[in-house]
Amino acid sequence: MTSALRLKATVILVVLLVCLLGLTGFHKGTDGKTRFRLPKSLDDLRENVSGRINLGLDLRGGMHLILQVQVDEAINSETDQVVERLRSLLREQAVGYQAVRKPDATHVLVTGIPVEQLEQARGLLQENYAGSAVSPAYVVGSLPAEQSGFVLEMSPSLQAQLRQEAQRNSIETIRQRVDALGVSEPTIAEHGRGEWEILVQLPGVDDPARVKSILQSTALLEIKLVEDGPYASETDALAKTGGILPPDSMLVRETPSARGAQAGGAQWYIVSRTSVVTGRDLRSARSEPNPERPGAYQISFSLSRDGAARFGPFTERNVGRPLAVVLDNRIQSVAEIQSRIDDAGRITGTFTLQQASDLALVLRSGSLPASIRYLEERTVGPSLGADSIRAGLTSAVAGMLAVTFFMLFYYRFSGVNAILALVLNLLLLLAALAYVGATLTLPGIAGVALIIGMAVDANVLVFERIREELRLGKSVVAAVETGFDRAFLTIFDTNATTVVAAIFLFMFGTGPIKGFAVTLTIGLLANLFTAVYVSRAIFEYTLGRQARPSSVSI
Amino acid sequence: MMEFFHNPNYDFLRWRWHFIILSWALILAGAASLWVKGGPRYGIDFKGGTLVYLKFADAPDLERIRAGLAQQGLGSSTIQQYGRSDSNEVIIGAEQVGHEEEALDASRQAILTAMRATFQAPADKLDLNNSGTDSLADALLRFDPLGLAGQPGEAATRYREIAERITDFRDNQKGGLLGGFAELRGLQGVPPVVAQTLEQQAYLSPFVVRRGEVVGPRVGRQLRQQALLATGLALAGMLVYIGLRFPTEGAAAAPGRAGLLTGLGRWFLRQVDKRIYGIAAVIATFHDVLITLGFLSLLNYEFNLNIVAALLTLVGYSVNDTIVTFDRVRENVRLLRRERLADLVNRSINQTLSRTILTSGLTFLTVLALFFLGGEVLHGFAFTLVVGIVVGTYSSIFIASPVVVGWIERRGQMGTSGAGRKGA
Repeated sequence: MTSALRLKATVILVVLLVCLLGLTGFHKGTDGKTRFRLPKSLDDLRENVSGRINLGLDLRGGMHLILQVQVDEAINSETDQVVERLRSLLREQAVGYQAVRKPDATHVLVTGIPVEQLEQARGLLQENYAGSAVSPAYVVGSLPAEQSGFVLEMSPSLQAQLRQEAQRNSIETIRQRVDALGVSEPTIAEHGRGEWEILVQLPGVDDPARVKSILQSTALLEIKLVEDGPYASETDALAKTGGILPPDSMLVRETPSARGAQAGGAQWYIVSRTSVVTGRDLRSARSEPNPERPGAYQISFSLSRDGAARFGPFTERNVGRPLAVVLDNRIQSVAEIQSRIDDAGRITGTFTLQQASDLALVLRSGSLPASIRYLEERTVGPSLGADSIRAGLTSAVAGMLAVTFFMLFYYRFSGVNAILALVLNLLLLLAALAYVGATLTLPGIAGVALIIGMAVDANVLVFERIREELRLGKSVVAAVETGFDRAFLTIFDTNATTVVAAIFLFMFGTGPIKGFAVTLTIGLLANLFTAVYVSRAIFEYTLGRQARPSSVSI
Repeated sequence: MMEFFHNPNYDFLRWRWHFIILSWALILAGAASLWVKGGPRYGIDFKGGTLVYLKFADAPDLERIRAGLAQQGLGSSTIQQYGRSDSNEVIIGAEQVGHEEEALDASRQAILTAMRATFQAPADKLDLNNSGTDSLADALLRFDPLGLAGQPGEAATRYREIAERITDFRDNQKGGLLGGFAELRGLQGVPPVVAQTLEQQAYLSPFVVRRGEVVGPRVGRQLRQQALLATGLALAGMLVYIGLRFPTEGAAAAPGRAGLLTGLGRWFLRQVDKRIYGIAAVIATFHDVLITLGFLSLLNYEFNLNIVAALLTLVGYSVNDTIVTFDRVRENVRLLRRERLADLVNRSINQTLSRTILTSGLTFLTVLALFFLGGEVLHGFAFTLVVGIVVGTYSSIFIASPVVVGWIERRGQMGTSGAGRKGA
């Protein structure tokens, strides 16, 4: 063996070992961490390999969701707050006004300010809402004289910031909820280009309806003082107050489940517009049996220090008045304040255990800043995944057998050479998938099957060229040399074009398709090494063993 | 030495018009099919809508399913057998109603509710065929057949193991459906008392939900645009790559007649001269994509994301044979400067004929294995490649090279004897 050949053999051997090690030498523990562990038995080997190859959702089963955050709601609720705060600000500063209202989500109008107070009002607005000169939060503009007031317009930069925050906070909240559900290896990430979409992938999840409602629940918890009620209907409530609600109050309906089966329909209450505490003030929440209704559950919660500091004095001042627990704008329960409450409360009702613990879960994870909508949902059951793996592997093995048979038949001994290179090619592909942590999907398995056919194409190009050179009367050694040299650029070109197409697939495809693009690309790159470098080394080795090579089996 | 072709010497270029006409006929047949059917038969990926895939234990009674769906106000749903007839699989689909994503979501739930009602599922029992490991472990913990309530930690791991054992058995050995509780008896790792408890507390529905897909109309539109863009860009990528790798040798040999063409037009023609190999390869590849699309439409295959993946693979693969031929043309142009271009190209095609057929043939073998054995999900994908590889090989031989020869010969005439003729 020449020294050049010895070097080649060493390189190939090292690559082979690295591949085998990468594929079989690591074990994924139950904690999800991967540790070095050489297989000592066949079971070990199987476990190690299956732990190293990440299976896509389409093979292992699970749930794939694309949801969209309704980010404009965050802007809407911001201006809602501005209206509230502006009213109290003007009242505090004794500035008269007729109305503060929102014509749309990004504008707030203040009208009917007495002419002599206009300048004072403008100063107040500038001071409280304009923000810095560099990045104004709101632009303060004057209204026509007959309206005698101002308009606040939310700046585009604040709008963009609010949208981004809504998206970021939604991802964070969803992540907390998914973690609380105990899903292993979830994916939660921004998706698409600037459409406020979130991709959620949950392997092994089998109850899509429940998971979706947990993720989607806005979980906006508010505790408000009840001003008046209950009323049997909205019209009753309005009739009582003479058609106009008292200032700073709102009409809220009870959820049907709030009073259980014994009472009639849901009732209406007039409650204060401002909340004493909200979900943000929660420290923890958990489900527990409802002592008054056997079999039913309720949620008890405790407040953060901040929340408690407000809630204690407030309840002390209002002993004897009823408080309402409002969840997502529906009253869950109403109870009279018996005495000062510092930091604990509960949401009673007739929840089942599952409902109560799901509700506690979403309360703990905090509310979503805006509601979310599902754009796409795909679930794959575990048995379909198992069937897909079986079918994919069967066809890959069948393709491999067909190709092996043909190559041996057509190229005789050189066929053995090609098959060795092909096996190494597949090994490299799988090891690369393991090292990179890429995901194997069903189209990915199809990619592996396809690679088997494409990989031997390179060998065919070389072998045909060698045959041609032999026909021209070249010596065996020269023919092999020219064959590989001349075919290399062609092989490079043909593999490169397919990789170019695969790259576009990767850029635009969805999950399973991306997996296909990845296997195809890795397989073709590995092919350059195996079909040219390895295959040539095997030729050189077999020819080197003959004293004066006069024939080659091709 | 085994050979399919021994020194072949076919005159491919002589018959080029026959093949060009054949190609046009195939393209037009596909286009006609697409026109009659109002475009490709889009799958859920591109159209949006709701699909629920069910697998039944026995041959499903489609009439009963239809009636059950109609009772829930889902009379307009589509019901379709899926896969081999003995696999007892059915797809129930609801077309998108209006543009609301919520409506889609609700229709999936409604389909499942209707199916449960149709097959009289008891509402309060655990459906063992449709529960995953998590729900099963939870349920076992609740029933506590082994009386482990005192040791919560022990109970959780123990019941989880049993649940895993049962779902693994069901999904990997029973194809996702247990036929009766008797199958659980004697199953290793499942204590008999657990099997008994399940028999009392759970029931086995006659179907399992294998897959559910809900795609909103907006996503469908987005995916359609992305697929088109990706295919277009991939073709452009081929043009750039082959254009750069195969510049025409001596391209400036054919000056256009002054005055007949504007400067811009002349510049354009010169660019085409320079990159005619790349352009011909892309024309041939585009031709393959068009004919394959036509075949998909003629045989009524559904057009989905997997098909797009296959088409893009085809774009990358089908130029391979063309490259092999062009490589040889380029080599021969250097060796045999005096030969007429048409003869030279013909010789190159003949020289590379056996490798063109062999390489395509081998990939074709693996694709064929995918087509017959790869399962229902990959069926359309494999079909696209089966057709695409055949058409791609054909076009490498009969379309790509004639385009090059045709262009260069015509430009040659324009340059030398082009007086009074506008390169027609």
